Amino acid sequence: MIATQDEKSQELSSFMQKAKESDHPDSQLISILHKAQELYGYLDKAVMEKIAIEMNIPSAHIWGVATFYHFFHLTPRGKFAISVCLGTACYVKGAEDILKAIKDELKIDFGQTTPDGLFTLQETRCLGACGLAPVIMIGDKIYGELTPKKAVELLRSFYKK
Amino acid sequence: MLNIKINDKSYQVEAGQTIMQAADKLGFHIPRLCYHPRLSIEGACRVCIVEVKGMRNYIASCAYPVSEGMEIFTNTAEIRQARRDIVELILNNHPQDCHTCERDGICELQRLTYAMGIRHRHFEGERKHYEKDISSTSVVRDPDKCILCGRCVRICSEVQKVNALGHAWRGFKTVVMPAYNMPFNESVCTTCGQCINVCPTAAFVEKSCAQDLFKKLDNSSLVKVAQIAPSVRAAIAEAFGFEAGSHCLEKELTAALRKLGFDYVFDTQFSADLTIMEEASEFLERLKGKGKLPMITSCSSAWMKCLEQFYQDLIPYVSTCKSPMSMLGSLVKTYFAQKIKRDPKEIVSVAIMCCTAKKYEAARKELYVDGAPAVDMVVTTREISWMIKSAGIDLMHIKPEEFDKPLGLSSGAGTIFGVTGGVMEAAIRTAYELYTGEPLIDIEINDLRGFKGIKEGKLEIDGKEIRVAVAHGLGNANELLEMVRKDKERFHFIEIMGCPGGCIGGGGQPYAGLNSLPLDESCLAARADALYNLDRHKTIRRSHNNPDIRRIYKEFLGKPLGEMSHKLLHTHYKPKEPKGIVPTEIQAR
Amino acid sequence: MSRYVITLCHGSSCMQKDSQKLRQAFEKELEKKKLSEKVKINLSGCLGMCSHGPIVIINPRYTVYGKVTENDIPELIESHIIKKEPFKRLAIEEDHLFNRFYRVFGDVKFFGKQMRIVLRNCGIIDPENMDDYLSVRGYEALAKVLTKMNPEDVIREVKKSGLRGRGGAGFPTGIKWELTAKENSDEKFVICNADEGDPGAFMDRSTIEGDPHTVIEGMIIGGYAVSSNKGVVYIRAEYPLAIKRLEKAIADARKEGFLGEHILGSNFSFDIEIRLGAGAFVCGEETALIHSIEGSRGMPRPRPPYPSVSGLFGKPTLINNVETWANIPVIILDGADWFSSIGIAKSKGTKVFALAGKIANTGLVEVPMGTTLRQIIYDIGGGIPNNKKFKAIQTGGPSGGCLPEKFLDTKIDYESLVAAGSIMGSGGMIVMDEDSCMVNIAKFFLEFTQNESCGKCTPCREGTKRMLEILTRITKGEGVDEDIVNLKRLGTMIKKASLCGLGQSAPNPVLSTINNFMEEYVEHIKEKKCRAGCCQGLFAYAITEKCIGCGVCKKVCPVAAITGEPRSKHKIDKNKCIKCGLCVKACKFEAIKKA
Repeated sequence: MIATQDEKSQELSSFMQKAKESDHPDSQLISILHKAQELYGYLDKAVMEKIAIEMNIPSAHIWGVATFYHFFHLTPRGKFAISVCLGTACYVKGAEDILKAIKDELKIDFGQTTPDGLFTLQETRCLGACGLAPVIMIGDKIYGELTPKKAVELLRSFYKK
Repeated sequence: MLNIKINDKSYQVEAGQTIMQAADKLGFHIPRLCYHPRLSIEGACRVCIVEVKGMRNYIASCAYPVSEGMEIFTNTAEIRQARRDIVELILNNHPQDCHTCERDGICELQRLTYAMGIRHRHFEGERKHYEKDISSTSVVRDPDKCILCGRCVRICSEVQKVNALGHAWRGFKTVVMPAYNMPFNESVCTTCGQCINVCPTAAFVEKSCAQDLFKKLDNSSLVKVAQIAPSVRAAIAEAFGFEAGSHCLEKELTAALRKLGFDYVFDTQFSADLTIMEEASEFLERLKGKGKLPMITSCSSAWMKCLEQFYQDLIPYVSTCKSPMSMLGSLVKTYFAQKIKRDPKEIVSVAIMCCTAKKYEAARKELYVDGAPAVDMVVTTREISWMIKSAGIDLMHIKPEEFDKPLGLSSGAGTIFGVTGGVMEAAIRTAYELYTGEPLIDIEINDLRGFKGIKEGKLEIDGKEIRVAVAHGLGNANELLEMVRKDKERFHFIEIMGCPGGCIGGGGQPYAGLNSLPLDESCLAARADALYNLDRHKTIRRSHNNPDIRRIYKEFLGKPLGEMSHKLLHTHYKPKEPKGIVPTEIQAR
Repeated sequence: MSRYVITLCHGSSCMQKDSQKLRQAFEKELEKKKLSEKVKINLSGCLGMCSHGPIVIINPRYTVYGKVTENDIPELIESHIIKKEPFKRLAIEEDHLFNRFYRVFGDVKFFGKQMRIVLRNCGIIDPENMDDYLSVRGYEALAKVLTKMNPEDVIREVKKSGLRGRGGAGFPTGIKWELTAKENSDEKFVICNADEGDPGAFMDRSTIEGDPHTVIEGMIIGGYAVSSNKGVVYIRAEYPLAIKRLEKAIADARKEGFLGEHILGSNFSFDIEIRLGAGAFVCGEETALIHSIEGSRGMPRPRPPYPSVSGLFGKPTLINNVETWANIPVIILDGADWFSSIGIAKSKGTKVFALAGKIANTGLVEVPMGTTLRQIIYDIGGGIPNNKKFKAIQTGGPSGGCLPEKFLDTKIDYESLVAAGSIMGSGGMIVMDEDSCMVNIAKFFLEFTQNESCGKCTPCREGTKRMLEILTRITKGEGVDEDIVNLKRLGTMIKKASLCGLGQSAPNPVLSTINNFMEEYVEHIKEKKCRAGCCQGLFAYAITEKCIGCGVCKKVCPVAAITGEPRSKHKIDKNKCIKCGLCVKACKFEAIKKA
């Protein structure tokens, strides 16, 4: 069942309520942002402002934290997030070519989402699957030993899903 | 005491201080940039690096404590090159428009560049580019000029506890900005302008209206009326290269304004006296049970904005009196317009203020008189100094002139409005006499003077103990207001000023000179002394003894808190968005 | 009692290759053959042989099988379990240390060139099964500490062991503990730094995924030694499996009384909380990590005060990384004397490396300190594949340096690596062959650190940017003579003037490649040539004699740089060519080459 906006808001509030009962409530900010992103898919201004007021943390501080960490998204994400691993092993084994092929195929750059809302392209640090290099991650699944051609075929297989 | 060596010479220094502090006392001035004595240690700019024997890396002298036997080198060829390169790196990501920059000639980065001897650039490359934020009535933010020293972020969070600014993004893309990169005017910024004061470059400057003012001054069909805030006269000489407090240029400034083209020059100190009449009366009314106690003053515009966003529950406690600037503006457009038989629309009312928040105040609709602003333009001490220089007026050798009547005569009580504790002191001088009928003998209230964050005092009025408190800077105000929230009985009367030191430390005051730092306490003390001296030399030192105040009540206003006063001199406040948040735990980092 | 144990590698890499499905398939097959009673299936953490995954080990015989698919299972069981013969087709037979290790399953003694102390249980026990950990003397060290040792004894033992921090700088662990212990405070914290961020490094992830209890046990012992009651594991949010296993392990340990109030009936109480990172390499720096746990931007601050005096929430704090913590239980159990007998001079014990790049066997290796780089590359890593020539080995990730052939006999210890111009770092080890351009590699690492710079201090924020611009220029063929001088000047300054370790080490890859591969820089700048053929600005495509004139390349060329008549050799106009490489991909005859 898909949660309604109210339910999400309620869930976030009760998560924060728990955080407030801990020894150092402010220190839970990053967990709260993780939770909010898990609920809403990204962090928008209204959600951050809600956190600011309920946690009594200045908005500028929250904004600073949300923009500091790569993990947090400030714009809506596509249905499938494509993370191209640019770790050393993948780089050495041709991740740049894979990346170029993907960019050419989707006609988007890092941080962008395709107009159909299907894919968001992001770069990532080493995914820890160097044995399979070069790899990309779509959703939470890793695809390895790619070539530019295989990568494009892989993307096309997602249109059907 | 510790034995250390600096540049091969032995010294004895006290333990528990940083290398920079120790070196300063010994006459070594290690170059610095992000360091500020009132703020936490950032250690970010790396300009203050030194070499320490036995250490592999350079040491930031602002952050590192001295220890026994330490051998420090502040000026080796290697460290000079490293420092030079660091400053060049900052410079290479900074617009190359010094000649057309507001801070040309009075910029800390320029001074450093000169001192480091950078005559050639080795590492030029991409420069950041962002939009200027001109949305605020008071402060212009230009991220291109920001060198990320973080002083503004620290003063906004540590001293002011407003937290309007923060670092966003990271690495080369780091930008100092309000939350969500919102326009400044939609943020919690109180427009106090302290970010401008501490900024080493022109990343924060006031929203200037000097050019517009020049145009208005050229227009002969208009009546140009000026008013001067108390602290402007105490500080303006600094903009002309003089030591803080060395010259108090009250009458010289009056003469200069007339030379600039003003038809009338009035004194905000006059309306400060008027404020005291209203505020003291309001206080006595509240003391009698009509209204809430403690009563909190309302002269500071940054505090007003702060109240409406951060302390909405305390709105009923704040005096309804307008600030002296707005009171005078209101009278110019009514009482004075009638006197000179001119349509208020033909009058340009200009306030020369030490403050950037006053620009915001002037734009507040609820302070308009008959649908038009009471004050049409606000220029800061910095702007007026520039105008005087630009117009070729020799402020230092000009023949002093008196303020115009009928809004130019003031008591010493009006003068000390410019210093923290001054409004309270002035109010007590009058309230005491209004209540008891006896004049207060000891009118210099030392408990309320000085720069302690929160000052408390007690006095007896007719056998009743009155407890008062004073806070300057919004951070100290926060502490005091938390006390009030917990215990409403603790104080009867509270003065709050938005800026450290009161108006003398306002966001529109001259930039620090060659050998001083912005918000340096000795500089604030010198400005304060200038105002206390003026007060001491005045024959009239109590607001209610000002004959022109008596006259205006007789001719125009009726009586304090009367119908006319209510219409022209009082206002109201209401909660505003976004809501301000003062954190309890997180400190700026 | 089961007579056979099938161990399925459940590390991230193998899981991606569907090792989960394998388990079901095994269960089904065993059921079918009515062997379920006789055979136990174990899930293990990363076995370190990612390139051969999914890995299955069947014991007894300890045969290692690689690249196992669902379809292989019936045959595999038939052969190994029923006929009791290794299934040759999938068995990894080579005399690989990895194999030898598993033949002495469980026996933690010096053998071969690998030695597993940190990873001693990885691949042997089921990380999600607490009993498995207890069966390999798990929590015995904790019991020993709580019953027979006082905190000073513990610290003395750790000091005596010679253990040094495995996170990079190699600060003596015992001294760190002692400094934290001597602070007087009502509250102290113990932190496990699991914010492993070096590109190509996954030692810590594998350790937690494979043996979470070891890390927990180490932390409890640390807490006891410095009188702290609160532990925090700061772990990358990108490691969901490790987080899940750690959470389970903490919950299990709590249930069994190893965490919580009055541990094992003693007066000592300790609990552990997990905090997630959010993607910031700089948070591996201890003060940045603390700020991140506190809910702020992960920006480092100047030290002193050190965390041992003023750390998390301003309280004395002991921070060690995963690998360091994992060494603790063994040191307590087998003694400092034994531990310090491993390794050399000032570097004791073992070090785990994530071997990657142009090498036959990629994966995790754990070797005693003092092993040479050559031994790792050739004896363990199996050398460079495809008959290519070795060019350089990069240790220490983006903070380290690139060492050429002449340093291959360098012994792995903190001091020797620094002397050679690199660092130990947290354990990334990347091998490069003749196809790797050293300027480009330097640029890659610098791009990484530049992107991860927190932006606080000038040298790192502005300086690495300028260095990267210079390197980019060089790789585009636009380098000028002063570039090398300027890179060195900036690099040296940034190293010495930056606020934290990230900036202080960011120039290392550049400075070390300039030192060791100066000729490549000079070639790029003066001859506009990239010998490895990596730098786009510095090579051209040419069509060789293999061309049959099919015309496919001509069609795909986006800028019409290719000309030629059908059935005759085509030509590329170098001036028009944008080096997009589309023609190379399109050509079925491998006729287009870089020149």
